[in-house]
Amino acid sequence: MKARVHVMLKNGVLDPQGEAVRHALGTLGFDGVEGVRQGKVIELDLADGTSEATVNEMCEKLLANTVIESYQVEML
Amino acid sequence: MRAAVIVFPGSNCDRDMAVALKAAGADVSMVWHKDAALPDNVDLVAVPGGFSFGDYLRCGAIAAQSPICKAVVAHVERGGYALGVCNGFQVLTETGLLPGALMRNANLKFICKTVDLTVETSASAFTEGYNAGDTVGFPIAHHDGNYTVDPETLTKLEAEDRIAFRYTDNPNGSVSNIAGILSENRRVLGLMPHPERAVDAGHGGTDGQALFRGLLGQFAQA
Repeated sequence: MKARVHVMLKNGVLDPQGEAVRHALGTLGFDGVEGVRQGKVIELDLADGTSEATVNEMCEKLLANTVIESYQVEML
Repeated sequence: MRAAVIVFPGSNCDRDMAVALKAAGADVSMVWHKDAALPDNVDLVAVPGGFSFGDYLRCGAIAAQSPICKAVVAHVERGGYALGVCNGFQVLTETGLLPGALMRNANLKFICKTVDLTVETSASAFTEGYNAGDTVGFPIAHHDGNYTVDPETLTKLEAEDRIAFRYTDNPNGSVSNIAGILSENRRVLGLMPHPERAVDAGHGGTDGQALFRGLLGQFAQA
């Protein structure tokens, strides 16, 4: 089984990389890009039976820094 | 004073840190990250700068899970002293020993230059060799030094006089120009600038000497 973890900077935390991407899209002529947020996707190959609670624990302890990042777990 | 300098794969300021501590009179041991224990009777743990584990996942995140970091946390919980510089500061925030986090510099650039800092408090073993309000020049060399913390914790840091150093001209977007902070018991200092790179005339400045000498002085009195 697999799980996919999405890690994003929390709302309200300035994302300078996303802002640079937004600026570059504007330079390429893509008008109307009002905001870009850049995050990470982490795919986990897991032993059968691993619970979503365990994946949440992995996020809390390592995969996300909850001071600045939020995460979402997708069990596949 | 007995000091331990932690060495992670990718640390690159570990020897500079050891040289600065020895020059101030400390007895220094280098400790590999896979060791589970610190040498006996260590007074100070120094977590050096560098790019531990290639900055994979987040700066300092993997290092903070190293076996030695459990011993570092236990050392601090016993009331021991710890100094984290640059990547070491990132590691200390990732372990939760210091609040907040270090994000990508606001201008997205790796910045490598000597910057002026204001010493905000002399009330710590690390800063007692300075006067509050002094300006010191320490080199910075980082891509992720943009300190951030929630507004409540920032208010608390200010109220408790725990901001040790501020940039006079903010290079990286840090909230409230913060360059370094102290723990609640004032025995843990984390800062992005490198005092260990300003301890010899050959470095271009010696403003960092007072930090190491002050620290050593604290133990000489004890």
